Amino acid sequence: MGRIQLKQVKKSFGDVTVIPPLDLTIEDGEFTVFVGPSGCGKSTLLRLIAGLEDTTDGVIEIDGKDATMLPPAKRSLAMVFQSYALYPHMSVRKNIAFPMKMAGMDKAEQDKRIASAAKALNLTDYLDRRPGQLSGGQRQRVAIGRAIVREPAAFLFDEPLSNLDAALRVGMRMEISELHKKLDTTMIYVTHDQVEAMTMADKIVVLHAGVIEQVGSPLELYRNPRNKFVAGFIGSPRMNFIEGPEAAKHDAQTIGIRPEHIEVSTTEGLWQGRVGVAEHLGSDTFIHVHGVPGCDPMTVRVGGEIPVHHGDTVFLNPNLDHLHRFDAKGLRIQ
Amino acid sequence: MATQHSRSAARLMMAPAVFLLLVWMLVPLSMTLWFSFRKYLPLRGGDLGWAGFDNYVRFVTSSSFWPSVMTTLMIVGGVLVVTVVLGVLLAILLDQPMWGQGVVRILVIAPFFVMPTVSALVWKNMFMDPVNGLFAHLWKFFGAEPIAWLSEASMQSLIMIVSWQWLPFATLILLTAIQSLDSEQLEAAEMDGAPPLARFFHIILPHLSRAITVVILIQTIFLLSIFAEIFVTTQGSFGTKTLTYLIFQRVLESQNVGLGSAGGVYAIILANIVALFLMRIVGKNLDA
Repeated sequence: MGRIQLKQVKKSFGDVTVIPPLDLTIEDGEFTVFVGPSGCGKSTLLRLIAGLEDTTDGVIEIDGKDATMLPPAKRSLAMVFQSYALYPHMSVRKNIAFPMKMAGMDKAEQDKRIASAAKALNLTDYLDRRPGQLSGGQRQRVAIGRAIVREPAAFLFDEPLSNLDAALRVGMRMEISELHKKLDTTMIYVTHDQVEAMTMADKIVVLHAGVIEQVGSPLELYRNPRNKFVAGFIGSPRMNFIEGPEAAKHDAQTIGIRPEHIEVSTTEGLWQGRVGVAEHLGSDTFIHVHGVPGCDPMTVRVGGEIPVHHGDTVFLNPNLDHLHRFDAKGLRIQ
Repeated sequence: MATQHSRSAARLMMAPAVFLLLVWMLVPLSMTLWFSFRKYLPLRGGDLGWAGFDNYVRFVTSSSFWPSVMTTLMIVGGVLVVTVVLGVLLAILLDQPMWGQGVVRILVIAPFFVMPTVSALVWKNMFMDPVNGLFAHLWKFFGAEPIAWLSEASMQSLIMIVSWQWLPFATLILLTAIQSLDSEQLEAAEMDGAPPLARFFHIILPHLSRAITVVILIQTIFLLSIFAEIFVTTQGSFGTKTLTYLIFQRVLESQNVGLGSAGGVYAIILANIVALFLMRIVGKNLDA
């Protein structure tokens, strides 16, 4: 079980309010991702749930019980840190055993759990090594192993993949998702990378300056962003925002169109522009088009390759079904 | 790493320093060795020719020799225990965020800047004097009989004085080591259910092992040769005669340079034995 409920939780450091009163429910077994730009309070929120920071106000309930004042160890949560926080003077085996040793578990049970965790995480051959002798990905797995053996009500991940190189990150993303499917335990995952959020989450919580902007499934956020911030943050490359007369035509302060919802033509179209930088990714090409009124540059995604060069004139046709309209406050107009 | 040319240039530029250090070490060492085999009594006829191993035999068979070795080791060991234990505790204390941290840290480090002679005199006259010392007043305030520190508890007093001088050094090194501890490790241990004491013994202390080793090695080097503190307090009486002090007495009080030089050679051997043991015990902490 691992249902976590935040009721009017608030956090201030002195006079600075980092998180204004906030409500959030994380259901049992759910993979929830907190995502937002750096400094948005997502890590602080995770640390509040972990008990590493005291709440200024409000109630944190875990499985229906008030946990606001409980010390971290009593909340039956396990955390994987950004730096992995492995104990450098202990072998991998001792690192994984540490929480069980602290809980006074008997030796046979410890060995059993270490063996099964090591097997699940491909660490069996490394159990007697020190963390310093392991690669980044292996250290990451040890940190996860240390969390698994406690059989916690929920796992907390604090930007766990940000220290890995791109290829490993994709691999570990899969492994963590696999793990979630296998264990079926609540997981809360903090990241600034919206790709991680989109690919892993059951539920995404978008945070901005300590405020929850929107909660929903990845595709819900992609299709129906509640406001301009969520629209710009979710999706890669980010949504194009167009202001001025072009937006007024649609009765909006700002209109937004995603790069993948624009067609490029060399002959005719709604908007006209000049080709700037083109990023060739092989499967896709991202073209930055200059000179479109109200949006400079406008990013356009083209499948495959397209024979345009720097300085060429192109015409853009937005798919109006996927047009998002925003009012003066940045809220989406339905 | 470097070209042939830059290597020879480096060698050339290092040569003066190496030469100076060699001379600095070799001249006194060879003079000590030379005198240790001579019968040299400056006020009683000067250099009186070869003595063979007489000086060595006399020094080691003297009734003061083994007690002085024991005293030396006891002072070194005692001070090491006191400074490392208190140093770790003080470092943890100073690492806590508090008001006036900067001033407090300077105050803690201050004793290190006081010259050994001065600090020993201050301790002797201001604190430990059985009539006018602050300790005597304190004891009298509680109705107890004042202790004549330097004669009744001479070793403890000396260890206290020397520890007071070296505690700042230990604290400083251990404090910087504690500050380099990744706070996420402590938080991880907290999440793993380790209470404060367990966090200290499982995380903080192992993290400090290398710094503690450095403190032990460096302090041992200096503590083996403490002299001023003994000279201005007990003058080597009440069982506080260390090997260094014994050598001083042989050379200057007995005016026997040959005998003292032989003692100096024994001191070198003792220091090497201590170093060998230390490296065996704690040296492995220095490996990556």
